[in-house]
Amino acid sequence: MAKTLFEKVWDAHIVAAETADTPAILYVDLHLVHEVTSPQAFSELRERGLKLRRPDRMLATLDHSTPTLPTNADGSRPYANADAQAQVAQLESNCREFGVELHGWDSADRGIVHVIGPELGATQPGMTIVCGDSHTSTHGAFGALAFGIGTTEVGHVMATQCLLQRKPKTMAIHVDGHTPAGISAKDLILHIIGTIGVDGGTGYVLEYRGAAIEALSMDERMTVCNMSIEAGARAGLIAPDETTFEWLKGRPRVPQGAAWDVAVATWRALRSDDGARYDREVRIDAGAVKPTVTYGTHPGMAIAMDAPVPAATNAQERRALDYMQSKPGQPMQGTPVDVVFVGSCTNSRLSDLREAARVLHGRRIAQGVRMLVVPGSEAVRRDAEREGLHHVFTDAGAEWRVPGCSMCIAMNGDLAQPGQLVVSTSNRNFEGRQGKGARTVLASPATAAASAIAGRIADPREYATQEQAA
Amino acid sequence: MKPITRLHSRTAVLADENIDTDRIIPARFLTTTTREGLGKLCFHDWRYQTDGSDNPAFPLNRPEARGCSILIAGRNFGCGSSREHAPWALLDYGIQAVLCSEIADIFRGNALKNGLLAIVIDELEHRWLLKHPGIELAIDVREQFIALPDGGRIPFALEPFARHCLLHGVDQLGYLLQHSDGITFYEQHHQEQAA
Ligand code: SF4
Repeated sequence: MAKTLFEKVWDAHIVAAETADTPAILYVDLHLVHEVTSPQAFSELRERGLKLRRPDRMLATLDHSTPTLPTNADGSRPYANADAQAQVAQLESNCREFGVELHGWDSADRGIVHVIGPELGATQPGMTIVCGDSHTSTHGAFGALAFGIGTTEVGHVMATQCLLQRKPKTMAIHVDGHTPAGISAKDLILHIIGTIGVDGGTGYVLEYRGAAIEALSMDERMTVCNMSIEAGARAGLIAPDETTFEWLKGRPRVPQGAAWDVAVATWRALRSDDGARYDREVRIDAGAVKPTVTYGTHPGMAIAMDAPVPAATNAQERRALDYMQSKPGQPMQGTPVDVVFVGSCTNSRLSDLREAARVLHGRRIAQGVRMLVVPGSEAVRRDAEREGLHHVFTDAGAEWRVPGCSMCIAMNGDLAQPGQLVVSTSNRNFEGRQGKGARTVLASPATAAASAIAGRIADPREYATQEQAA
Repeated sequence: MKPITRLHSRTAVLADENIDTDRIIPARFLTTTTREGLGKLCFHDWRYQTDGSDNPAFPLNRPEARGCSILIAGRNFGCGSSREHAPWALLDYGIQAVLCSEIADIFRGNALKNGLLAIVIDELEHRWLLKHPGIELAIDVREQFIALPDGGRIPFALEPFARHCLLHGVDQLGYLLQHSDGITFYEQHHQEQAA
């Protein structure tokens, strides 16, 4: 019978099939760990006298609570508070005690968990990947079944390498046509979530398909899959293809030599069979996507920046518009901006920084605007500095930081003040997400950079590159 | 986990749709390394005013909402993060059940694993409950219905394994550990993927 990509990966990881009374036992190939959602799971293991079943299938990093400012003169780190420091110290000691590979402060590969997994080649097609973090869906860009789990389940995977799971439903999102010039993957995924809704994917695993998806680079595919959870979906997948193999080849953890060819042959067979059936199918016209931003307090409240903000239809929407100070009937374009954040596991890879730098090159950000650029990993930071991107940012008046989640979740001290409007390349515009009372507008790196220059939400297409301007 | 067969309480209502995990517990409080004591941080930025006093506009601060352990919430409750801090905070705050026409997947799974009854009910009945805060409900986990004061019943579906675990206080990790042989068999017979 014809199978979808999801079904192929799911079926290959069944330890015990599901029955009417019991969920399936699903084997996990890769377990990613960070400091926020793991301490209670390690404690539970310790209390029960359990060991890790497969520490070799775990990979840990420090990202959420970590400062993005360089070390102090005395070598100490500028943590936001003692709790953040203690949380990081606890992951360091847990990894030592339990024998888990940690990319800590001294690692040349440290970074946001969803950025370093792929970079190291730990993320591979056909795998099951979990992490105590909802944006684990990012890894679906490689054709892996990757999803976020809670801390209790983190403990389950630590002790048994397995999870109890009911099989989710599948939804195909066909993205037909071509995205117009100057339109990014971020615009596309915001458009998709704006179309299907913030709960449109609840209960489903999404598979993004079609010409516009196949044309995306791996970085762009990660941006798309990253935000699947913002439509309520458990996971988002894209079939692995030559773009995927090319990107992964030679990375530290992928098979090498003859084993590589064998792996690629297996991965090629993962794509959904012709005639495979999905529980639901949606069609999106890529040609209709414009620079897209959010105007409310969840990612489903997204529209083209030049389109009028829709009127509230209920009390919640009214509350959201009030909080954001968004005005029905008027476009978001032109709204004054206080802070611009380029970073997060959605948009902190080299190509994202290049996009922002392309717009900023030779220009300065508007007076009174604060702009933070936070690379997703040490590797991204190195590559960006090799290209001189950091100079473009600092010359423009932006701050160039050390890798971490930073203002995406604002738990490390990088945050906006009450009432400030932040144009952010991250993935969540919830109330207070970037600081109590802060107002978040989600956007692409190019839109973020253009808005920093204009001091208002601006269309990046109006900022031609240096070459084009000359 | 303690077995749960029945729960009764008056209801409190938070009618907003899409109440996300950042509203349930703001991210800046996630530096904790334990599960305990998160109740005082539950709904923090909504519940308190900037000077730290109670916000009178927060529905759960009203006198009639105090002590209610059944929450009727607007559609798509618990969306956002996978942080289990959200159900931990709700339970510690005193909420033992959330009734809603749609609940975010990861949150619902996390909640049930901690004995927080995250129950999806029909849209019509949900709408009615949203409009009638403070009524006395009894949730019967075994028979899967909610009893109304007038004797009416609202049936609900519960994934059979989750129901079994709630009723018997089953430790899911213990259940998984019983399958160790099967897991070893799987590891031996499936071509090991490089990790
Ligand atoms: S960058 Fe943001 S979304 Fe990504 S892992 Fe960090 S906190 Fe989560």
